[in-house]
Amino acid sequence: MSFLDLKNVTKIYPNGTKAVHETSLSINEGEFMVFVGPSGCGKSTLLRMVAGLEDITEGDINLDGQLINEVDPSERDVAMVFQNYALYPHMNVYNNLAYGLKNRGIDKETIEQKVNDAAKLLQISDFLQRKPSMLSGGQRQRVAMGRAIVRNPKIFLFDEPLSNLDAKLRIQMRLEIKKLQQKVGVTSIFVTHDQVEAMTLADRLAVINDGIIEQLGTPIEIYNNPKSLFVAGFIGSPQMNFLDANLNNKTLSAENFEIKNIESDYNGEVTLGIRPEHLIETENGLINLKVELVEQLGSDNLVYGQIKNIKDFCYRSPGNQTIKKGDNLSLNIEENKYYIFDKSTGKRVN
Amino acid sequence: MKIKPLQIVAHIILIIGVLLMVLPIWISFASSTHENVSILTEGMRFTLGDQFSRNYNEVLNEKGGWSEEVTAAKMFINSFIMALGIATLKVAISAMSAYALVYYRFKLAVPIFWLIFITLLVPLEVRIFPSYKIVSDLGLTNSYTGLILPLVASATATFFFRQFYKTIPDELLESAKLDGANAWSFFIDFLVPLSKTMIAAMFIFMFVYGYSQYLWPLIMTTAEEYWTVVMGMKIIYTESYEGVALPRTAERFAYIILSMIPPVLVVVFLQKWFIKGLIQTEK
Repeated sequence: MSFLDLKNVTKIYPNGTKAVHETSLSINEGEFMVFVGPSGCGKSTLLRMVAGLEDITEGDINLDGQLINEVDPSERDVAMVFQNYALYPHMNVYNNLAYGLKNRGIDKETIEQKVNDAAKLLQISDFLQRKPSMLSGGQRQRVAMGRAIVRNPKIFLFDEPLSNLDAKLRIQMRLEIKKLQQKVGVTSIFVTHDQVEAMTLADRLAVINDGIIEQLGTPIEIYNNPKSLFVAGFIGSPQMNFLDANLNNKTLSAENFEIKNIESDYNGEVTLGIRPEHLIETENGLINLKVELVEQLGSDNLVYGQIKNIKDFCYRSPGNQTIKKGDNLSLNIEENKYYIFDKSTGKRVN
Repeated sequence: MKIKPLQIVAHIILIIGVLLMVLPIWISFASSTHENVSILTEGMRFTLGDQFSRNYNEVLNEKGGWSEEVTAAKMFINSFIMALGIATLKVAISAMSAYALVYYRFKLAVPIFWLIFITLLVPLEVRIFPSYKIVSDLGLTNSYTGLILPLVASATATFFFRQFYKTIPDELLESAKLDGANAWSFFIDFLVPLSKTMIAAMFIFMFVYGYSQYLWPLIMTTAEEYWTVVMGMKIIYTESYEGVALPRTAERFAYIILSMIPPVLVVVFLQKWFIKGLIQTEK
């Protein structure tokens, strides 16, 4: 049995909404697991069930070999960082960190030692006497993490903790969370709707949609090998291009091009997915793109254009190329870098 | 700095307001330092007289009532105990009932809240006979418990605390839970410190409410040792109307001035908390 085990965990709210469908998942000790998905997909509910803040309708959750379904949140030995940090506004930083330890009946000297160690690790030693209202967003974030670390819990739970920070700080804190987790080595679950955050932080990634884990794997596995249309569209930035096509006798025919010798026995209507970064400019390519908009990012350009009736088709070109509105580009797909999905079920077929 | 006409007008209005508040108190105080004869012949006074120590000494130490035993000092103490008991229990009970209504999500929380709220329509004066019956059956007439207990439930304070608790984000409770707080420690470690300005405000209101009770102590107490200040105002110098002696107006004024001191002290003491709450944004 692994460190955290979810078996057929289901959440049905009293009003009948099924937020999480029979979900099974194993997380190893020390692993950094990320739940990613659009808002309302059930990822936070799943996390809150692990924390004990939501009742489990069906199924079992085992933490460190112990069934915790009925265990009170205060006794689960889990720590959580909330989206709005939920710092205790009337206590100074020191007491914010110390509160959980005091409740566990730890003696004063040990508390002081632990708080000071955590504060040092997070570089908040200078603010220990301040109230949370006197701290900046980034500092509050650190205090929230300090409150989790100081207790040395079995598992860290992060509920979109970076979404209240500005872009620059978010990237910085993302890096720090990752470093910190590696240093402390505590098993962590991180919930986010931001796929870049998910990709960069995760040891393993669970892509969740409508209360179901669509795919589970390392970020790169999921990026390279999405198993469904949803995962393909959700992971990767800019988003994968999708074209309607037909697959017959291993030949794929899209609006104005064909690909032969496809390794699939599926016949019927399909959706073809191509990532913007998997296109190359070439003479007499498969795809003719009429450029409508260019976003210059410096390192590369995002080119948006039209192929016949398909709008907003995206191609990522190297930054040193100059492409203007109105240009006609001839593009090829990199070898085997395309994904074919059953149009009705969204399942991968190649 | 140039003074604008509007500012002058504003200040005049404010000064008039202050005078309206302060003048009656000043007249009472000034009059309380004169002899009864001079007030009777010349009316109320704006200037200080020379009878301060005599009048106040008289009021505090004179034994009055039918049995000639109760003093004004004793009545101040009674009223203070009653008001303190009422205010403390009212605040404690309403804070806790609001806590139950907001955080224990039982089905009847909302109907029960409205039931509590409706009791605002049934003040003590309306239910005074049943209240008296209960208290007297319990053998609590002529006791501090009897003076305090029927008045300790407060719909108003429950309402204010409930509204305040509802503004506290759920994450705070969840975070506290994960930090090992139980129901009681969440109340003591979080809700009480977060609502301390609310508690101070409620305490002031309820103290003044308890201090100025008239009808209930009047009905409740037959023993003079439990008389309260407001009752005393009516009772203690009654005999002076009946005899040939002069009306003891100066002593009455002295009595009024003294009776203001306990509530004023409470306000002055708690004001520190009040202002502290106003300048600190803690949420």
